[in-house]
Amino acid sequence: MHELSIAESVVDAVLQRTGRRQVTTVRLQVGRLSGVVPDALKFCFELATSGTALEGSVLEVEEPPGRAHCRSCDSDFLMDDLILLCDCGSADVEVTGGSELQVLSVEVA
Amino acid sequence: MCTTCGCGSNEVRIDGIATHDHPHPHEHGHDHQDRTHTIELEQKVLAKNDALAEHNRTWLAERGITAINLMSSPGAGKTSLLERTIKESGRTISVVEGDQETAFDAQRIRAAGARAVQVNTGAGCHLDAPMVERALAELRPADGGLVFIENVGNLVCPALFDLGEARKVVVISVTEGDDKPLKYPHMFAAADLVVVNKTDLLPYVDFDVERLSDDARKLNSKLQVMLLSVRTGDNIEAWISWLEELAISRNSHAVR
Repeated sequence: MHELSIAESVVDAVLQRTGRRQVTTVRLQVGRLSGVVPDALKFCFELATSGTALEGSVLEVEEPPGRAHCRSCDSDFLMDDLILLCDCGSADVEVTGGSELQVLSVEVA
Repeated sequence: MCTTCGCGSNEVRIDGIATHDHPHPHEHGHDHQDRTHTIELEQKVLAKNDALAEHNRTWLAERGITAINLMSSPGAGKTSLLERTIKESGRTISVVEGDQETAFDAQRIRAAGARAVQVNTGAGCHLDAPMVERALAELRPADGGLVFIENVGNLVCPALFDLGEARKVVVISVTEGDDKPLKYPHMFAAADLVVVNKTDLLPYVDFDVERLSDDARKLNSKLQVMLLSVRTGDNIEAWISWLEELAISRNSHAVR
């Protein structure tokens, strides 16, 4: 349940920028290969924001898909899991997207 | 200010970016009643942890210390491996022990003859870089030695948190089953070495070493797999050599 730590890190990162202003919306990017489960994060977000300037804010989560580049056949493809395998049979694959875990922006009142 | 993209005369841009050049498919000039401001952060959620991990890495490098983050399920044999390593390695070893509760493991490490600091995470399921920073200050490990950071027994959460280590090692025991890499892919994708422990029990369990190795390398083609038995000492020398080579390569790198 590392999502609680992740939620607390989100609160820290936001408060560092927003100070005491009331935050109404938090926009996150949680890639599908990031190892963080958005539903669990949303649950923990409520706990982590309680009593802070983020309390009651809406959490919006963008989930970029896993993307990879095959160095053997020079193609780009989508990844559903962390298995590094191209349709061409090559495992010489580089993950190019889906690992994102960042706070994009917030709305403050 | 426009709440769709955050641009406008009253915009708040704490990151200091005052201009932007993305297309504007929406109309401007509308009135906003809610008076909210958009603040662009574009900041990694784990930026604070990663910065502290980098601080730990520098602190360790300045002292010629090689740190290894040891991760596994509970009961795979991390502490037993360390007890054996303390006896068989020629290097000075210190250990940061992570568990939710109790100082059992730190007591075992001290009884084996090494310095140890116990970190109890309470409800926490992993160690993070701030915990390790505090533990290292308390531990005061010997210059030029090895530091093991024995993470909380868990094949999920520790994978995400950089602690400042030189290498991540996953220990898996043959009684756990050979299907773990695909079930816990993040851990194996993040690791540098997989130690398969309790190989003395291989005749009694259905554990396909080949399957484990193949699956682990599907996630991480550079992953090394090492078989050993802490209890019988079988192939422990491979582990000791791996540590020795790592420590030498780290220190020669630091000298340059």
